[in-house]
This record gives sequence, C-alpha cells and structure tokens, in this order.
Amino acid sequence: MNTFAPQAAKSFAVKPKLDPSGEELGELLEVSMGPHHPSTHGVFRMDVVLDGEKVVKLKPVFGYLHRNHEKIGENISYLASMPYTDRLDYFCSMTNNWAYALTVEKLAGLAVPERAEYIRVIMAELTRLQNHTCLIGFFVQDMGALGTPMMYAFREREKILDLFEEVSGARMMCNYMRFGGVRVDVNDEWIAKTKKVVADYSKFLDEFGTFLTENEIVLARTQFVGVLPKDLAINASITGPMLRAAGVNYDLRKVDKYGIYSRFNFQVPLGEHGDIYDRYMIRVLEMRESIKILDQALRDIPAGPVMDPKAKLRGFRPKAGEVYGRVEGPKGELGFYLISDGSPNPYRYRVRPPSFINLTILEDMCLGHNISDAVVILGSVDIVLGEVDR
Amino acid sequence: MIEEGLKNELQKQGVYVTTLEDLYNWGRANSVWPLTFGLACCAIEMMAASMARFDLARFGAEVFRPSPRQADLMIVAGTVTKKMAPLVVRIYNQMPEPKYVIAMGACAISGGPFKQGYNVLKGVDRYLPVDVAIPGCPPRPEALIHAIMTLQEKILNQKLTGPDRPRHLNADVPGEFPVPVYGKHDLEPSKNPAVWQPPVIQR
Amino acid sequence: METLEQIQTRLAAAVPSAKVEILANDCAAGERSLLVDAANGFAVAKFLRDDAQLLLDYCSNVTGIDWPDKEITEKIKVKQTVDGVEKEVEEVKKTLRPGYLEVVYHLYSMTLKHGPIVLRLRTGNRADQTHLPSLTPLWRGAEFQEREVYDLYGVLFDGHPDLRRILMWDEFEGFPMRRDYLAPDDFEYEPTPHDEVLEAAKKHYPTEVKA
Repeated sequence: MNTFAPQAAKSFAVKPKLDPSGEELGELLEVSMGPHHPSTHGVFRMDVVLDGEKVVKLKPVFGYLHRNHEKIGENISYLASMPYTDRLDYFCSMTNNWAYALTVEKLAGLAVPERAEYIRVIMAELTRLQNHTCLIGFFVQDMGALGTPMMYAFREREKILDLFEEVSGARMMCNYMRFGGVRVDVNDEWIAKTKKVVADYSKFLDEFGTFLTENEIVLARTQFVGVLPKDLAINASITGPMLRAAGVNYDLRKVDKYGIYSRFNFQVPLGEHGDIYDRYMIRVLEMRESIKILDQALRDIPAGPVMDPKAKLRGFRPKAGEVYGRVEGPKGELGFYLISDGSPNPYRYRVRPPSFINLTILEDMCLGHNISDAVVILGSVDIVLGEVDR
Repeated sequence: MIEEGLKNELQKQGVYVTTLEDLYNWGRANSVWPLTFGLACCAIEMMAASMARFDLARFGAEVFRPSPRQADLMIVAGTVTKKMAPLVVRIYNQMPEPKYVIAMGACAISGGPFKQGYNVLKGVDRYLPVDVAIPGCPPRPEALIHAIMTLQEKILNQKLTGPDRPRHLNADVPGEFPVPVYGKHDLEPSKNPAVWQPPVIQR
Repeated sequence: METLEQIQTRLAAAVPSAKVEILANDCAAGERSLLVDAANGFAVAKFLRDDAQLLLDYCSNVTGIDWPDKEITEKIKVKQTVDGVEKEVEEVKKTLRPGYLEVVYHLYSMTLKHGPIVLRLRTGNRADQTHLPSLTPLWRGAEFQEREVYDLYGVLFDGHPDLRRILMWDEFEGFPMRRDYLAPDDFEYEPTPHDEVLEAAKKHYPTEVKA
C-alpha cells in the first residue's frame, strides 16, 4: 500500500440543496475552515455547509491539540501536575493553578493563610485583566482591524506579565500556587508597582473604549448577531462572560464565595440581549470591576506567612475520596475533579474545561448568519485550544 | 574574491563591490516572511515577539502571512499532535522554495513535557527538516529573535554552487515530503526515514 | 438544600423502580454521591432536573472513570480442626470484583444557586455491556462531554444525537484513557532512559557501544 499517496481533498464538496418535498433548488457548499487559519484562536476547525454566504450547518472539529493531560495526571504525583495546569488555558495560568490548588486543598483539608489568599485574589484579577484585554484585541482583529488593536492590547499585557515574571520567574507559565498557599512571597516594592499598573489601567480602558465602544463598524457587526437565549445558555452548561451576557446572574465568586471574595465589594455586570456586543461590553465592565477588587486587595493585604505550616509537599498522600473544586476563570467555570485512592498519584484527574463546553452551542448561534459573522461569533466565545483539547 | 582593504577604499569613494552570492543571500536573509503557524502556548510568545515591545519586524519578518504560498519561514510554535501532523506536512509542501523551518519550544523539538502521549508527535523533525531549534517552554520572545538572527546567519553563509548548495538550487534533493496517513493506533508511517534517523547512543 | 437521604426518599416515591444508593466519601470536604442503576438513570435525572425544590438545571461536569477488574484479598478467621484441637486459623480469601466503567455527573442549580448533587451510572462490564442512557436530551451541555467519554473510554450512550469521536481522529481504534491501553511505541530516541522506558528503548537502538 502506498501510504505516501496524497489524499483526496476533502475541503470543498458540493451538495444539492433540497426543498422539503425533495426537489433540488440549488447547491450547498461544504467548506472546512481548517485548523490553520488567520484567526488567532489556535488549531480549531469548523465544517461549515453554506447556502450562498449563509451558514446552514456548522460542526466544530477539534482534538488537534489533544495532549492527554488527564492521562499524564494519573501517572505523576499531585504536585508534579501543577506545571501542566499552566498549559491548559495558556493565557490564564494563575487561575488554572488556583483551581487545582483549591481542589487539592479541599481533598486534603489544608488551610490557606490570609496573606496567601490576598495574593491569590490579586493574581487572579490581574489574570482576568490581561485575558480580557487580549480577547478584545483578537476579537477586533477577527472583525478585520488587522494588527493595530492587538498592539495596544499586548502593550498593556506586557506590563502585567512583567509583574508575573518578577514574582514567579516566568511570564506565562507561572507555576505559582501550591497546596496550602503560594510559592514565594511578594515584597512591598512589587505591591507598589502593581498599584501603579492598576491605576494606569483605567486610563487605558478609557482609551480603548473611545475607539471601540461606539465605533460604527463594531456596532453594525456585533449587535443582534450571534444571539444566545437565556434558557439555552443554562441548559447548555455555558459559564463565564457568555452566560452573564445572556442575562443569567451566576458568577462563582458570588455563588461559591471561594477564597476571600466575600470580603470585596464588587458587582456582577449582566447583559440583556445575549449578542456579541453584550459579550464584549460584559468583558469591559468586568475589567472595571476587577480594578475595583484589585484596589481593595492591594490596600488591605496583611503581613504574615504565605504557606500553611502543616502542609507537607514531599510524600503527599491524601486520604482516599473524591472532590470537585471550581473557580471563576476568565473564560468560565474551570473545575477539577480528583479521585484519590491513598497513593501519591491521583486515580482519576479530570479537568472541566469551560471553552470546550461553551462550544456546544456554536452551531445554534451561527445558523442563518454569514460566514464572516461565524468568525466573529467564534471570537466572542473566547476559546483557547489548550483547554478545549487538553 | 576582493580583499577587505580594497573594498573599504572603494566604499569611501562611494563604490560598492560585492559578489553575486553575497547580494543574493543578503536580500533573502533580511526579508524572511514567516507563516502564522502557532499551534499552542508558544504561539502567544510568537505573537508577543511580533508586537510593539519585542518588534520582530525590524529583522525583516515584516508581515506574518496566513497563506503558505506567500511565506518563507514556518515557525512551528507549539505541540504537534499526531492528528495535526499530516496537515503540518501538507502546509510545508505548499510553501514555495526556498523555505525554512524553526522548531520553537520544547514540544516542537521533541515532544516536550507531553512526551508520554499517545497523541503527541515526538518532535516535528520526524517529518520535516528543521533549520533552527529554540529550547524553552515557552521560549522568551528574545529567544525567538535570536533564532531569527541565527537563521539569517545561516542564510548569509550559504554557498550557491557546489555540493552543499541550498535545496532550492539542487534538483536532486526533494523539497516536498510525503504526507502521513491516520492509521489505527498511530500515524503511518510513524516517522520519515529520509528526514530523521534515531541517533546512535554511546554509553 | 435538602440532604441526600431526603432526596432518596422522594426519589423512591417518584421513580419507584429505581435502585438509588448513597455512596460515602471520606476525604475532608467531599460530597457523597447517588449511585443509580443504568435502566432508570434517565428517569431519575429528569426528576432531579424538574423537581421544584431541586431544579438542577446546570450539568457542570461529566466524567468517565475506568475501574478494571480488581482482586481483593481478605484475611478471614476460620474455625478449623487441626490435630483434634479446634483453633481459629487465618485464611486468605481472594475475590474478584469485576470491572466496570463509570460516568459521574455533577449537577448544580443556577436558579436556586445550590449544589452539587453527584450522580453516578455504572456499566455492566468493560467488554460488551457498555451501554448507558444519554442525559443529553435533558442537559444539552452534556453533549460534547459524553462524546469525549465515548471517545476515550468506550461507553456507548443510547439516545445521544451525534455519538462519534471528538478528540482522536475518526480512524483511530481503541479507547486511550482506559487503564490497560498500550500507547504505540514511538520512543525511538531517549537520551537518558530508565525503568520501563529503558526496556522499550532497548528494542530500538541499532548499535550500542558500551563505553
């Protein structure tokens, strides 16, 4: 068998368009918007069937980045899985770390000192800021503004990445949280720098807002496009800014009150129509709320240790049992489900990925719209392939 | 060949003398256009390298072309999985000569932290010839800039005639590589023997 | 939210044929789970979703777990007559607990903001009785996750609208996340192998010169 023969191209196929009685009306075009495309979301493929320019059917295909993170998790110890959680949603490594650390702390009954809780909140909200900033940059690029908004977004992101690098050693894959606290302490200089970055961020948001929020092109392309109704959103297990844009008030920071979020005064912005413009505005408003939380946390952070003195990391063997822990990541509910059987490795290590589940209703949102809208709708879902495929 | 002293003298008078080889290589090296081929986390560092802080455009990598037909350089940034590998090879085949490959990050070099994977290709060099490899997980944008500079040095030092002339001037060496097919448990073939042989270990 | 025992009594009234068991969970903050037999899984899930006090409208997580056949050794004391004297002797008894595949659903309520209720369904065995009812008609969010459990574990969901592989390529055979899956041997080059990787690597190295 000649295994080197080129395969027949499956990307363009023409099908007949039938009316309900079976008569042929025209032609439908099947296009594979393949894993390699100019959009920046990663190796994600959509099999789209088009009637002219309108989308008739859309099936997402992924698995092009399936790196079997869960199988690796079963073969290595609990602590050794922490660097792998960085690489799940590679924009938000701090919240991934926190979700995993929270789950293991629930499993083993570890307590986290005050200062570590404040540091965790600061890191998580900084992560939320830089994630939403990048998302707006990518989302506007998907609409056609190639390059320039991304330059502004990445300029701000670099300031936050400098803070992360100073405290954990790496810009993106921080590997910073540990079971029972954080790895190293932050000093007063870092707190002062963070305060300055956060103070400048509001000005940056105002600048971005004047360019984008009342921009004619953004309004024309995003209002009433990709509408997600409230009931479908709940039934399809959508979480995160997409759910709140549809009008459902469910934010894990307020529902589960994990960490010390109950001490902070912030609101949960809600959308009304569930279209792309609402999702964009929700993210901008969430950034403003994050700045409020950061101001409060940076003001109130106490002195003290940053690791639980009773937590032992060598020979860590939690009792047999299972637990499900979740946090409000910037993309939605990130959960970890761990089953322990008393040995140093988990028996089952499962990641509940928000991007994967938020893709369930991609087809429903895109039907009837143009194919160019499908690209923008995908941009507003905010997926990261590292999380979708794990 | 012209000696350096004569060259400098002539330059002071406004006369530039060079060889055709140097001119040709200089033009190619300073205008390498990469293909947007980010697969995973390293793609974000690649994007950050092309942004305002670590500007990659000053090295000639002015525009990142989305279409392989218009690109010179494929920066394989991120883990290449077995599901994605046939597409990587097919896109490489679509690039016109002369073309180069930079394997960015530990995953593209050898599988990286995900090496114990049933779906992870243990290095993109199993199917494609790699010119520069950047270690790191993810490598900093400065490392990517260093890799582009290393590639530029490699291009500048290429000899256009003789047995080690580059591939696009040598009709005997193939520029297109066979595309693997999805098998039942693994890709078939699992590596391309013409491109990669497991090295002999001396212990 | 009410306790699992109260839910169990109300389930016994609503779906009488269901066999619902509460499983313990000994770790620090773990939640106990409801184990339901596969035949009545759909009816029980529908009750949990539609009941006015529970209203579990959000299916957060669907997980597949592989429990292979396990040999349980127990030491039991048996009375035996040895040399005419009745003594208690310790005997080692080995039982085989047959393996099965398990699917765990974490259910929350977005309207009433409570949860979680953990629902478990188990298959008959790991070989031929791997069918379970699909809960996708009740919670659309389970669609992709059940496809993933099918792809990686081999559980067939009856009633799923589109059951096909999601993460691996379509021509792939086998179920990779099972405990007895053997990954293909493509570790031809390892700079410093040891343990089982060394055994696998020895098959590949063409010549080895012992320094």
